Amino acid sequence: MDIQSFFQNLINAMQWGSFYALIALGYTLVYGVLLLINFAHGDIFMVGAYIGFFVATFLLGSYAFHLPMVLPPHVVFMLTLLITMILTAGVGVTLERVAYRPLRRKGAGRLYIVITALMAGLILENGNLALLGASRRAFPDLIEKAVYTVGGVTFTNVKIIVILAALGVFLLLETIVRKTKIGMAMRAISYDRVAVPLMGIPIDTVIVFTFILGSSMAALAGVLFVSAYPVLEPYMGAMIGWKAFIAAVVGGIGEIRGAFVGGFVLGFIEIFVAAVFPSTFRDLIAFGILLLFLSLKPTGIFGVARAQKI
Amino acid sequence: MQRHLALMLYIAICGLIVFLVKAEWINAYIQIVIMFIGINIMLTTSLNLVNGYMGEFSCGHAGFMAVGAYATSILNIWFFTNGNLFGDALLSPSLSVILFPATLLIGGLCAALAGLLVAIPSFKTRGDYLAIITLAVNYIIKSAIENIQVIGGARGFMGMRKVVNAMSETFPLPWLMIWILVFTGLTVVVLHRFVSSTLGKGVVAVRDDEIAAEIMSVNTQRMKLIAFMVSSGLAGIAGGLFAHVLGYINPGSFTIMKSTEIMVMVYLGGMGSLGGSVMSAILFTVLMEFLRPLQVFKWVLIPLLLIVLMMFRPEGIMGHRELTDVFPKLRRLFPAREA
Repeated sequence: MDIQSFFQNLINAMQWGSFYALIALGYTLVYGVLLLINFAHGDIFMVGAYIGFFVATFLLGSYAFHLPMVLPPHVVFMLTLLITMILTAGVGVTLERVAYRPLRRKGAGRLYIVITALMAGLILENGNLALLGASRRAFPDLIEKAVYTVGGVTFTNVKIIVILAALGVFLLLETIVRKTKIGMAMRAISYDRVAVPLMGIPIDTVIVFTFILGSSMAALAGVLFVSAYPVLEPYMGAMIGWKAFIAAVVGGIGEIRGAFVGGFVLGFIEIFVAAVFPSTFRDLIAFGILLLFLSLKPTGIFGVARAQKI
Repeated sequence: MQRHLALMLYIAICGLIVFLVKAEWINAYIQIVIMFIGINIMLTTSLNLVNGYMGEFSCGHAGFMAVGAYATSILNIWFFTNGNLFGDALLSPSLSVILFPATLLIGGLCAALAGLLVAIPSFKTRGDYLAIITLAVNYIIKSAIENIQVIGGARGFMGMRKVVNAMSETFPLPWLMIWILVFTGLTVVVLHRFVSSTLGKGVVAVRDDEIAAEIMSVNTQRMKLIAFMVSSGLAGIAGGLFAHVLGYINPGSFTIMKSTEIMVMVYLGGMGSLGGSVMSAILFTVLMEFLRPLQVFKWVLIPLLLIVLMMFRPEGIMGHRELTDVFPKLRRLFPAREA
């Protein structure tokens, strides 16, 4: 592989890895606070994409009921991002309220909550399929595609936006978790769940805040994903969700840096394997490498093994 | 005579089913439903060994099913049919009646070897990390099959119909139904003997407290190895039978969705309860058929049912108990063995 195609693949891998990183951040936040693998997170990504689709088409005036003015496309894009993140955060909070909180109150074992998460994801997928039908939808073109070529490497402005968004989200989340009080509360809950409410910290509020953060990041990933690859279908979240989960674990689940790095690692592995080997081998080799890595270092790159008290 | 009452009851029920099929009093649809019930019972009980009795979270069971399905089908097509893939049949098609269980067992063996892929990482990891490893193994097996173009890859593999027909031509009985009933019974018997033996006690000890079990001289590595291999071997046999019921298999039917289906049945029935697994497999298959007119809403209703179950009765229908704990009178059917 010559140096030019190496850099081309590098840019592609950074973009692809950014999507995984954004979704993996949601998995990691919820795991760090609740010790729960939120298997429905990939489907929240899908819900975010669909909400973005409907908001964008509404703002563009495609329906009978529309706004009295005509908005320029980049304003529509900004508004879509904002509204989608808020609405998807609402979906995430509803999911937590309806599905996870009653089980937490009862003190149900972790396994039962994980199964509930799995089932909630299935309901979201198949509910979407049942309500909206199986036909794929095309996301409207909101960002004017500008193609830049630097030294033989071509990339679009969408790719740059995605990579910058992922970096920005990472910095934002690191700031929130390390510098704010509610971030301190989130870290405290991951250390000792029982002592935190005894200290007067409203545990429910912190958990709701965690879900809001995670779901809005997934919504951001969703809208960016359909801006880059403008096809929506009900099962788009399933595979990406599972892969982002594996990325989060490879990075070390419970650590924000881990999710970020793990997402990019998975993105690099997939793109470079597809570049070197025939593309049908991509998933096989990528998962094989991950399996090997997890067998050697089970806690992931940044993960800290939880000591077990006998 | 008293000792084998349950076995004779089961043989009587199987004989009745086979008679009804031969006399053509039940139509092909109900036959297929009964066959799927048998296959689901095998899958659910084998997964219950790992998820219920051993307490792991294995979400990759469909991968082992795929290995068994492909291994059995390839062997059968190679030995017993004339096709353009492998050429002429190596053995006479009439031998397929006797050798079908042999190929099934070889398929199960291949699946048990695939179970090593999950068993060996499980020595060092537990819980969430093992869940990912099982997921990855499921996906790796599916991807690997998709890349082997000789057996069709993603296009699928067919031709099992000829094997089933060859069996019926040799001796006019509904052989597939017979083999499914036989292997379902064998699976339940094998697993029941497994969990009531010291191996079973060791497996439950690993679930309850692995470190304490290790201290108490339970060889946890050996327990995990045996449990994973038995579980995936039985899933492989179920996969082989599944392939012959459908007559066509492709890697797309052995994805995480299939694994999730099997997990739903296990958690519905109750972890650590063989009777519960059997009951929930029967219930779930029949429920799926009843809900078929709803089409896609079926797949919204079933997860909803499980969520409601998790909220109000998380241990499943039977919890950790067996059928004889709920209906003590049934103990007459399973008298105690001598020490």
